[in-house]
Amino acid sequence: MFSILASKAKTSRANKTGSWRSLKKPKYLKTNCIGCKLCKLICPEGCIEGKEKNQYDTNLDYCKGCGLCVYICPKKDIEMVDEDK
Amino acid sequence: MPADREHFAENLFVSGHTACSGCGQSLAARLVMNVAGPNTMVANATGCLEVFSTKAPETAWGVPWIHSLFENASAVASGIEAALKHTGQIDKVRVIAQGGDGGTADIGLQALSGMLERGHDILYICYDNEAYMNTGIQRSGLTPFDAHTTTSPAGKQSTGNPTVKKPLVEICAAHHIPYAATASVGYPQDVQKKVKKALDIRGPKFLQIHVPCPLGWRSDPAATLEIAKLAVQTALYPIVEYEYGKLVKVMKIASLKPVVEYLKLQGRFKHLFKNEEELKKVGAVAEKNCEYYGLK
Amino acid sequence: MKKFLEGSWAIAEAAKLCRPGVISAYPITPQTHIVEHLAQFVADGEIDAEAINVESEQSAASVVLGSQNAGVRSFSATSSQGLFLMAEVLFNIAGMRLPIMLVCANRAISAPINIWNDQQDSISLRDSGWIQLYAENNQEAVDLMIAGYKIAEDSKIMLPIMVCIDGFILTHGMETTDMPSQEEVDKFLPKYNPPFKLDVNNPMSFGLLGDPSVYTEARFSVQKTFDDVIPMINKVGKEFQSAFKRDSVRLVEEYKTDDAEVVLVTMGSLCGTIKDAIDAQRANGKKVGLLKVVAYRPFPKAAIAQGLKSAKFVGIIDKNISLGSDGALYTEVKSLLNDSNKQISGFIAGLGGRDITITTINNIIDLTEKEENHCKFVDVKKELLWEEFHAS
Repeated sequence: MFSILASKAKTSRANKTGSWRSLKKPKYLKTNCIGCKLCKLICPEGCIEGKEKNQYDTNLDYCKGCGLCVYICPKKDIEMVDEDK
Repeated sequence: MPADREHFAENLFVSGHTACSGCGQSLAARLVMNVAGPNTMVANATGCLEVFSTKAPETAWGVPWIHSLFENASAVASGIEAALKHTGQIDKVRVIAQGGDGGTADIGLQALSGMLERGHDILYICYDNEAYMNTGIQRSGLTPFDAHTTTSPAGKQSTGNPTVKKPLVEICAAHHIPYAATASVGYPQDVQKKVKKALDIRGPKFLQIHVPCPLGWRSDPAATLEIAKLAVQTALYPIVEYEYGKLVKVMKIASLKPVVEYLKLQGRFKHLFKNEEELKKVGAVAEKNCEYYGLK
Repeated sequence: MKKFLEGSWAIAEAAKLCRPGVISAYPITPQTHIVEHLAQFVADGEIDAEAINVESEQSAASVVLGSQNAGVRSFSATSSQGLFLMAEVLFNIAGMRLPIMLVCANRAISAPINIWNDQQDSISLRDSGWIQLYAENNQEAVDLMIAGYKIAEDSKIMLPIMVCIDGFILTHGMETTDMPSQEEVDKFLPKYNPPFKLDVNNPMSFGLLGDPSVYTEARFSVQKTFDDVIPMINKVGKEFQSAFKRDSVRLVEEYKTDDAEVVLVTMGSLCGTIKDAIDAQRANGKKVGLLKVVAYRPFPKAAIAQGLKSAKFVGIIDKNISLGSDGALYTEVKSLLNDSNKQISGFIAGLGGRDITITTINNIIDLTEKEENHCKFVDVKKELLWEEFHAS
């Protein structure tokens, strides 16, 4: 007899950590983006999607609102806004 | 192999893990995995990274991954590497062992030394957040001088942790392994460059990555990268590379910043802000690093 | 083929015959000869295995944990303090359902430091989730190893197995041992084909965090699996008997118990001495028997109850002591027979290599019949005991 012994890869996606955000969320302005991918590179959640400039955006299902993408963006093309905006 | 890695530069450490917001360790784990690629097996020590990524029945990992215990990741990885040799997969599959600072520099040091000495083809990654964060911010051998932790608290007769960081990268380099280095999530491309470099070398490799912990360092999650950079720019976290026991490269500091710029962003050092004498002592640690590694 | 071999050599050769892909161990007396012989086999290219010389038993157990989870049959051996240094990993291996084999060359535990035989080491690991089989002689050790892998690796079992062999008495003793050929073992023991493993083509995570919502089921499933190990030992035992013509793979051995009024119960090499004592007593008309417990985990309750059915007096000999309580085997057999009218005694003997002679066994038989004994240490030297601290 066995119980849970292993998990199939990447099953944590079932866990929507976006509910952790309380105050602010990142807003991708999509105007000055140069497609450097730094936001995607450093996101601790790995929840930034997009492949070309001005197309990057965060998946709010998972984003915990840390704001590191805002810090790293060399073009200041991401900003933190209130949740309801 | 390198072409493969480029090709599979998709996420191998995915969303839905339960790390704190702004966690430097989860950021670093993604940097590492996305360079390592899918033909990698990971042996993970007990710690935050393990707990926040693999709560049954879910996992955030996209590669074969195993957690056994706190102190034995190096030995478990040694067994995996031996099995890959036995089954003829060792040329195709890379092995990574990884753990936090406590699991690596303290309780796991003996197993790590054994792994390095035996010459296994494994990259060991130490995610250094400078205390036992998983159990609630207790001091480790890699906790920096004067940091407040729950077991090295600042108080009327204490200014925090009384000792400097254990020279872990030197200890590893002293095994004369092909590669031993430090890196910081403040410099994410440098982290990835070093992981790639290490994985292209056969034999034992060691990489220590500085990963701020907003919870344990009492810092703003949005400041994780800034704090990591400042640790390097104040010479409190030297970025160095050793090959076969010899120091071959350091990240030079263009303009050395005063240590207080790094310390002031973190609650774990707040007892020092009005203590000129202690600030001088922390400054002396930075100065010694500059001299020892030739950082300036 | 029958050979006159040192126990450690026979054990090393049995390990070789099982074709482990990874061997990892750390030297400790009296296990050393086993790993030395294995190292020589690897050095001579007689075995296709990776031999990893680690820096501690903790790492030896961890190495085989890693290699077995990567899908390769693995082997280790240790003793005493080494087994205790492995303890954390051993519980982990069982929970991760890795059918690793470990030979424990049974030795006493410090303090005082003592390299000689008793069974305190493996007995202390009885709660670890490992199958534990105890060998009476070197032939049985070899047979239990070859059959042991087959029992442990069955896809319904997937539990680690410890073959316990009395240190020095067996490991360093020379006995005629019938060593099977490689062809015979290959025919009997299939290749290790685990239902799960680390695999880049099917990436999975192992060793997950089990919170209160899932932990109980992990323990429950191992406990339930031990129920399945009992018939599995019987099944593999029959297969072993038909392949090798030896009835050595079994839960218990009943020796002259059918009409016995006094039955002794114990494990390991002591059974050989007891059989000689029984033969002598029977020549004098005394109805004495022995119930040899081979499988201690799982604890074969039905087989033990059956073996003691006709006994009026039961004497259980433990080469271990749960300090503050009783011998381990006594406690369990006693709890099994609690409702019976039998007179059940427990004896502690053979600690730290103290010889158990036929005279000692005869005394134990007399005491078993005479009165009920609890945790009765035999052959204690009173001259070595003081009521208060006394530096000599």
